[in-house]
Amino acid sequence: MLRELALHILDLVENSLSAGATRVTIELSEDTRADWLTVRVADNGRGMDAELARRVVDPFFTTRTTRRVGLGLPFLKQAAEMCGGALTIDSAPGVGTTITATCQHSHIDRMPLGDLPTTILSLVVGNPQADFVYRHSVNERVFQFDTRPIKAELGEVALSEPSVIAYLKEALKEG
Amino acid sequence: MSVKSLEDLKKIKEEALRKREIRNANARAHVTVAMGTCGIAAGARDTMKAVLDAIEKDQIAGVLVTQTGCIGLCEFEPIVDVQVGDAPKVTYGKVSPERVRAIVTEHVVGGKPIREWMITR
Repeated sequence: MLRELALHILDLVENSLSAGATRVTIELSEDTRADWLTVRVADNGRGMDAELARRVVDPFFTTRTTRRVGLGLPFLKQAAEMCGGALTIDSAPGVGTTITATCQHSHIDRMPLGDLPTTILSLVVGNPQADFVYRHSVNERVFQFDTRPIKAELGEVALSEPSVIAYLKEALKEG
Repeated sequence: MSVKSLEDLKKIKEEALRKREIRNANARAHVTVAMGTCGIAAGARDTMKAVLDAIEKDQIAGVLVTQTGCIGLCEFEPIVDVQVGDAPKVTYGKVSPERVRAIVTEHVVGGKPIREWMITR
């Protein structure tokens, strides 16, 4: 359904924000030697009890009241398993949720990473109430982007000012 | 974050603050893009990108851009709300990047909503 890993990441982070998260860490690590890809989204949202954490991977479950099916997480779980990996949920009420999806990096059915800079830019500008840390590593090379020093510097200037959008785009493109 | 340093950001901030002082206060607008799973599947990220690109390209200051979740009208996704000044909020459906450009120019900047793309309930 979602054809890029970047769109799944966007979907996971939207879940985090819906759960009231104010801080979300997005990690993407590519280990080409071990042929392994790991995506992790960790938040400080309201978290889930064991029963809820079990049910969210059911395609016919959703927390939304506007319709009765979810599909975001079940599709990601299926995509990960299809490529020799797994989806794990680590969550505790009042603490937060960490979703980890893994798969074989070179697997023929592994979906492309997609447009990560645009995904992160959309999240950062569109959710000024939350802080984001984005870490992308390829073997030992690591790119890290953190909104906290940026927001501290900007003060009352909005993230959607034209020059700030240009700055963020440039900063993310460097990664 | 090495080349694009926080020093650059400081200059950008000072410039943005200076511009805001000269700007007319009634130009303020709020654009909201729905980013539920349904919106994302329908292309909401590209819609969001088109909004940010238009603001950047045309140097439109004073527009607040935020996201929201599923609002229960999944068949109309991507959905974008536009509120300009004190005017009532307008909800647009099936907002492609092309439509974004027209909406930003005519509604956000020009103040004239585009009736044919509105969702009316």
